[in-house]
Amino acid sequence: MRPDYRFTHKHILGIDHLSCDDIEHILQVAESFKEISSRSIKKVPTLRGKTVVSLFFEPSTRTRLSFEIAAKRLSADTFAITTASSSATKGESLIDTAKNLEAMNPDIIIMRNAISGSPHLLTRHIKTSVINAGDGTHEHPSQGLLDLMTVKEHKQRIKGLKLAIIGDIAHSRVAHSNIIGFSKMGASVTVSGPATLIPRNVERLGATVCLSVREAIRDADVVMPLRIQMERQNDALLPSFKEYAAFFGINRQTLEAARPDALVMHPGPINRGVELTPDVADGSRSVILDQVANGVAIRMALLYLVLGNA
Amino acid sequence: MTLIEGLLLKNGRIIDPANAVDRKGDLLIQDGKIVAVSPGGRISRGRHRNLAVYDCAGKWVVPGLIDMHVHLREPGEEYKETVESGTRAAAAGGFTAVACMPNTRPVNDNQSVTRLILEKAQAAAHARVYPVGAISKGSNGETLAEYGEMQQAGIVAISDDGRPVINSQLMRRALEYAGNFNLPVISHAEDPALSRNGVMNEGAISTMLGLRGIPTAAEEIMIFRELALAEYTGRPLHIAHVSTAESVALIRRAKDRGCRVTAETAPHYFTLTEEAVLSYNTLAKMNPPLRTAADVAAIRQGLLDGSLDAIATDHAPHSTMEKEVEFDLAANGIIGLETAVPLTMALVREHGLSPARMVELLSVNPARILGVAGGSLATGRPADVTVIDPELEFCYTEEMVVSKSKNSPFLNQQLKGRAVLTILDGRITFNAAEI
Ligand SMILES: [Zn+2]
Repeated sequence: MRPDYRFTHKHILGIDHLSCDDIEHILQVAESFKEISSRSIKKVPTLRGKTVVSLFFEPSTRTRLSFEIAAKRLSADTFAITTASSSATKGESLIDTAKNLEAMNPDIIIMRNAISGSPHLLTRHIKTSVINAGDGTHEHPSQGLLDLMTVKEHKQRIKGLKLAIIGDIAHSRVAHSNIIGFSKMGASVTVSGPATLIPRNVERLGATVCLSVREAIRDADVVMPLRIQMERQNDALLPSFKEYAAFFGINRQTLEAARPDALVMHPGPINRGVELTPDVADGSRSVILDQVANGVAIRMALLYLVLGNA
Repeated sequence: MTLIEGLLLKNGRIIDPANAVDRKGDLLIQDGKIVAVSPGGRISRGRHRNLAVYDCAGKWVVPGLIDMHVHLREPGEEYKETVESGTRAAAAGGFTAVACMPNTRPVNDNQSVTRLILEKAQAAAHARVYPVGAISKGSNGETLAEYGEMQQAGIVAISDDGRPVINSQLMRRALEYAGNFNLPVISHAEDPALSRNGVMNEGAISTMLGLRGIPTAAEEIMIFRELALAEYTGRPLHIAHVSTAESVALIRRAKDRGCRVTAETAPHYFTLTEEAVLSYNTLAKMNPPLRTAADVAAIRQGLLDGSLDAIATDHAPHSTMEKEVEFDLAANGIIGLETAVPLTMALVREHGLSPARMVELLSVNPARILGVAGGSLATGRPADVTVIDPELEFCYTEEMVVSKSKNSPFLNQQLKGRAVLTILDGRITFNAAEI
């Protein structure tokens, strides 16, 4: 890290606009916050008097809760607006919704939206800091960061590792953020899955495409199957879950190609028996619950750092 | 007050490829007609004491520009544009005529809508308006619209622009039936199954932004079908808004075989790439979408070598309600009438497009394809004339925009070359000196 390094971001829209120094710094701050979560009184006054609003246009239990716990542990006041529908179907434009919120002077808006780029739109129209909690199929930066943190904790490094991401790359903002984040930090990222679910020119994000799942996993340090969604069958992208599980699912046998100390990660929620067999999900290589725990620490770090620049 | 007897354009570079003219000279307009052109010579004031004289030294005097693909939004979406505001924007961009697409509300699929548009155009009198009628009733792609009645009311071509004709049999019947009326058929070429839900070109940028892509093949497959049907029926076909390299190649090969196909592209397809979408700029969202640098290069080449016949703006006004929203929800299209000349001038300066070829693309060929008057500075013709200052630099600001909608990706950019005088039937419809 450069000696004169300073974290200067007012918004966290994606990992693509974070530098390696930014990522290192966020991980460091998150590590230091992690200790708070293990105390008996899990609260510090760091963000007392600050208002954090979460604006979720897509149902989400984990991410919303994780952000909320993170904010509360830093003593911020939290408010949640959850709506299953997009703002458009509600009749109010996203910009109007955001401007109304802004008028109430929140310090930070955490937004999840089914449309890629919607947090970017928000930042062009309001002055409040925005953290992207997942936009369409674009990015999910806090998830990418918590995955980096989890791998770093177990492997003490990111550089030189091989990450294999398996499954619906095309519709996964987690895959996008991880491809960008891990390759930025010096890991090699291989993606695999049904070719219908590998986006065109994904190499430009920093990934190598390998259509054989076994080859993709070979010598991997981290194997990350993604959640496969039922809709993909209806869109003629997949014939059936049964076939998916047989050819693209991760089980004990496919995992043999990976390094013996390979970690298994999953952004959740898991379709057990489809993209991941239960024995692997619950096995000794699985760090899935570490991911969840680190999620709170990463989100504390992001709130703290962004508000430090607001 | 003295009665102006006419206009004398002096010392301009007269570029009139239809009559093989490209020389300095004078042009005299009286009673709405071109009465004398003197390339290489002078026209004296003579007995005409009350001529309005315009010094055109350093400027180009060309036949009035014709935009064969605009959306005037009237009837139905007058908050975006009206025939009046759209034709005023046309005049400000140097156009003396526009062909307006039928995707209004209601669709221009019958003579009463055609008549309404023409009445509005006549009242406004800023530019000639050539309505394009729908191929199918309601542009629903199911049954043929009444081409004969619409032609009597004033349409010059048919198209279901805005959406493709999915049913190949209907497209074939449209080509055949249009033959009875000598109406060209304009195709919006898109395979909707391939482009479904797409919001930008499919490729590196769409993957990077997490936006659903529209593959180039969506356009090319449909162009291939249209060419097959045009050749099979022997009927003339015009392809609208060509955006990909392979589309240009397909059209070139079809022309070489003798297929009666013509094609247009829009200034944004030879100026911008898909990278304009980065940062989720909805002003760069259009259909077909902006493509890659290789496509842009092929489009430019197509304009130079004759594979493409016309530059048309696909002027598509939208209000901020349709554009200042999430990218997926934003409407397709940009305004283009007022930026076509400067953007084409960039091709002249930087990519070897000759001024005469520019005039062919923006005037001569659109007139020929649509079978309408114009595209020539021959004496006796209605005086539709555009004067272009190739050196004039300006910053294209929102305040300058004449169109009712301001959805242009070129706002606040420095542009060079623009129409300074637009003359329709011998009457000045736009004069840059007065703004
Ligand atoms: Zn079209």
